[in-house]
Amino acid sequence: MSATTATANTVRLPVRGIAAVAVVVAAAVGLQLSGSFTFYRPMPLLLGQLSLGLINGAFYALLSLGLAVIFGMLNIINFAHGAVFMLGAFTAWGMATPNTWLGMIQPGLQVPDWLQLGYWPALIIAPLIVGAFGYLLEKTVISRLYKLDHLYGLLLTFGLALIFEGLARNAFGSSGMPYRIPAALSGPVDLGFMFMPKYRLWVVVAAGGMCLITWLLIEKTQLGARLRAATENPGLVQAFGVNVPRMISLTYAGGVALAAFAGVLAAPIYSVNPNMGSSFIITVFAVVVIGGMGSILGSIVTGFGLGIVEGLTKVYYPQFSATVIFLVMVIVLLVRPAGLFGKAA
Amino acid sequence: MSVTTLAPTAAPARPFDFLGFSSAQAWAFLVLVGLIIACPWVIYPVFLMKLLCFALFACAFNLLIGYVGLMSFGHAAYFGIGSYVTAWTAKTWGLTPELAILLGGFTGALLGLAFGWLAIRRQGIYFAMITLALAQMSYFFCLQAPFTGGEDGIQQVPRGALFGIFSLRTDMAMYAVVAGVFLICFLLIHRIVHSPFGQILKAIRENEPRATSLGYRTDDYKLMAFVLSTFVAGIAGGTKALVFGIATLTDVNYAMSGEVVLMNLLGGMGTIFGPVVGAGIIVWTESALAGAGSWVTVTQGVIFVACVLAFRRGIIGEIAAKLRIIL
Amino acid sequence: MTLNRRTLLAAAAATPVLAGRRARAQASTIRIGVLNDQTGPYRDIGGQLTVNAVKQAVAEFGGGMQVEVLAADHQNKPDIGVGIARQWIDQDGVALIVDVPTSSVALAVNNVVREKNRAYVNTGAATSDLTGSQCTPSTIHWSYDTYMLAHSTGGAMVAAGGDSWYFVTADYVFGQQLQRDTTKFVTQAGGKVAGASLYPFPGTTDFSSFLLSAQNSGAKVLGLCNAGADTVNSIKQANEFGLTRKMKVAAMLMFIGDVHGLGLEAAQGLYLTESFYWDMNDRTRAFTKRFQTRMPGIVPNMTNAGGYSGTLHFLKAVQALGAGRATDGAAVVAQMKAMPTDDDAYGPGIIRADGLALFPSYLFEIKTPAESKYPWDYYKQIIATPADKAWKPLAESGCALVKA
Repeated sequence: MSATTATANTVRLPVRGIAAVAVVVAAAVGLQLSGSFTFYRPMPLLLGQLSLGLINGAFYALLSLGLAVIFGMLNIINFAHGAVFMLGAFTAWGMATPNTWLGMIQPGLQVPDWLQLGYWPALIIAPLIVGAFGYLLEKTVISRLYKLDHLYGLLLTFGLALIFEGLARNAFGSSGMPYRIPAALSGPVDLGFMFMPKYRLWVVVAAGGMCLITWLLIEKTQLGARLRAATENPGLVQAFGVNVPRMISLTYAGGVALAAFAGVLAAPIYSVNPNMGSSFIITVFAVVVIGGMGSILGSIVTGFGLGIVEGLTKVYYPQFSATVIFLVMVIVLLVRPAGLFGKAA
Repeated sequence: MSVTTLAPTAAPARPFDFLGFSSAQAWAFLVLVGLIIACPWVIYPVFLMKLLCFALFACAFNLLIGYVGLMSFGHAAYFGIGSYVTAWTAKTWGLTPELAILLGGFTGALLGLAFGWLAIRRQGIYFAMITLALAQMSYFFCLQAPFTGGEDGIQQVPRGALFGIFSLRTDMAMYAVVAGVFLICFLLIHRIVHSPFGQILKAIRENEPRATSLGYRTDDYKLMAFVLSTFVAGIAGGTKALVFGIATLTDVNYAMSGEVVLMNLLGGMGTIFGPVVGAGIIVWTESALAGAGSWVTVTQGVIFVACVLAFRRGIIGEIAAKLRIIL
Repeated sequence: MTLNRRTLLAAAAATPVLAGRRARAQASTIRIGVLNDQTGPYRDIGGQLTVNAVKQAVAEFGGGMQVEVLAADHQNKPDIGVGIARQWIDQDGVALIVDVPTSSVALAVNNVVREKNRAYVNTGAATSDLTGSQCTPSTIHWSYDTYMLAHSTGGAMVAAGGDSWYFVTADYVFGQQLQRDTTKFVTQAGGKVAGASLYPFPGTTDFSSFLLSAQNSGAKVLGLCNAGADTVNSIKQANEFGLTRKMKVAAMLMFIGDVHGLGLEAAQGLYLTESFYWDMNDRTRAFTKRFQTRMPGIVPNMTNAGGYSGTLHFLKAVQALGAGRATDGAAVVAQMKAMPTDDDAYGPGIIRADGLALFPSYLFEIKTPAESKYPWDYYKQIIATPADKAWKPLAESGCALVKA
């Protein structure tokens, strides 16, 4: 997982990185001065798209964090991450409107009103439910992969993603179910340059908070220390009496729960639909490649950063906004193949 | 770490040698040719043409995974770009079908050269993820580029006349062309695998450091194999565009990349006939379940999981292992 | 091993072969295929509603002919639509294809029916090309198109003071054409277009960045060139972002089901254009009552009603010609153009030489919650444009069938 391996007294400047940044800045200044391209844009538009970009970045950060945690511990690329993100959203929806899906199983089946749990309980319970499901999944299916080549992990989780998404599409159609913003967070906040819905501000806060908690957990607690030790040398750690297989299952469950938490956050914004995972997952893969696999801090910083980059692109070149993250990935691959925060493989 | 456990090791010299096939393979090839000739009289030819195009795509993918050990998770990009280029040149420039298909193949190869050069720097999982991300980039490019028609795709693509002489309007005439393209490319792939070049690829797959120490520039060989694979993928895409008269975003979607992986996994990676069988089953499942909503997706997912857990050699692989032959 | 592959392929052969035999054995059955989006963003506009409307038409027609209704989901993908259309025509002997929303699929299927000469009554798509540059002798376009929508809603918004527009457009042939046609009417009436955001379709559910650009353009009207769930989400998010405080929203294509999904709170005051409203007169109310025996609790919109009317008219034409000629698309459609139409849903009308079914278009304003007295009482009629003015003039049609 993450490693800051700066030896005590040497300070090595990343010369190539500084040179690259200098070139880009010089080019930008040149363009502006020569009049062939102006960087000036109306401030409200710029700030507005940056804020929206920050919100997207929150999702990228949360999802790539989960992926990084799972990869660091299990060495598996969890292609099903998008699908569990979607499952988290659906669980929240199911908790809020149980009569809809109960009616599909058995017409006339109803639950009393107090059992219809809204957003706030869902924010805690849905990740727990999906996390428990992830735990079961790991124990039954994924643990069989450890002796095999890593690519089989990718294939298996891809298959799992297909199953979950197909079942959800069959049950609910591909267009999505509306999910209402919780009353406490509805309505816009006047930021001056735009009206930002309160809910979207909350998303940034909640995602950032969850990232911070996860980072603290892994880097600063004893549990985290054991987790990191188990990635390095599982046999030795097990010899110390730590139940490594259980820790592995719990880690997978934890990563999955993070994705489900992101799903609950996303439900009011993206409308709960079976395709919401697949549209995110590949971009998140690019984020992880850029950040460097297995680095916790790397995924958080890269996630938020790339969201902002995407927002900026929407101001200047909206038609590139879908591909800009992949372009950045190409550049990073050429310059620093291990990723911005990764260890040179 | 490149994939070494995904494909069976080749057997040493065989006494029987027909076009480089072993005796079992030769029989299987004759059966394949026989079926190709006989089936269109009893089965809907358009369905068979779709099957052949996807079988070719699967064979192209197999060249990479089975014989070089590289899993490209974004192979749909080359299939799709071949499809678009063939459709566009046939429609706008009025090119005859064989030229249009060849152009599609070359474009696929060019794209493969660019993406392959970028991706080969990394191995194993990273290679898969990078190829996936690059393919997604091409998807977005195709979504927005004016010549692809975005969501509408390129429609009303004429089948034209082969070499300017033989009209391909009837399904049977088109089928003859598709079958011909399939057999030529199938034999081409086989020839590549059973050549000195192919032996070097196998050596790289088995033990790359040793191959490097023997003086082979392994990255160049891997890139060459990548380009050949994307060339055939582009040809498969171009042929499909002419059969259906339409090139759409479905051809470039990452779901298509996943499907071709599934076809190989199910059929047997590293076997010659595996991809054909895998493609046949998957295309048939799709058309059988077409009315049943997303059950196609669920079925494909279940096959993925089942194959990875219990059935890694695939159908042909298992048969070959049980009968102790090479297929 | 050879046995294995043989058995596999033989099993694969079984399905298509059997289907072919069945079609030959029952040549006298007339088959109608309803092809639309049953799981995606347009599923609540057409979907099962149009399937049932067509079945209702078949049941009410009687006429002594054997008629079977097939249905399939094209998932908004042209290649899937083309595959299903080909299979229906080649293997199942389908004589009429109905509905086909999503203009890209509609045009792709149009090519198939041109090639195979089968009747095609499109009641779900918007592209006016179906009766323009892409018209065929066997294609009929019912219910609405982009010209009629732009003329009615666009014209009304400009007249109400909306002289600067910003478009949020679904980036495929429907959205682009609707934007083009609306732009023409806006500029003709003296307005201007401040900008547009085109977004990928399908799959976009978050419109926040486009709405932000709209807000910053300073335009007075937000023109939504999309439909179905996209329109509902755009309007909801426009409310969330406070856009509606400064701009008016013009939903260029909206159906009564979308209003129901949004709720009158969010939708009140919006203008929309439909060619059919369930509560317009006694005949439409009677039709709706019969419709609700199959689909309780829902009222039909103009595409469902068009499916009903188009199918009825097709069956009348086939009866006049003889059931044996049902698969000769050009002949049946020529008969449909020769006979005037009349039924409970659309009333009397005619089909023009280029295939356009001419009916009046109605501009509705969505009622406030206080004004709505009973379920589905959502619309009040503002303007009725007569049939000869609502559609693109025949001289501008661009259809090759129309002798200049």
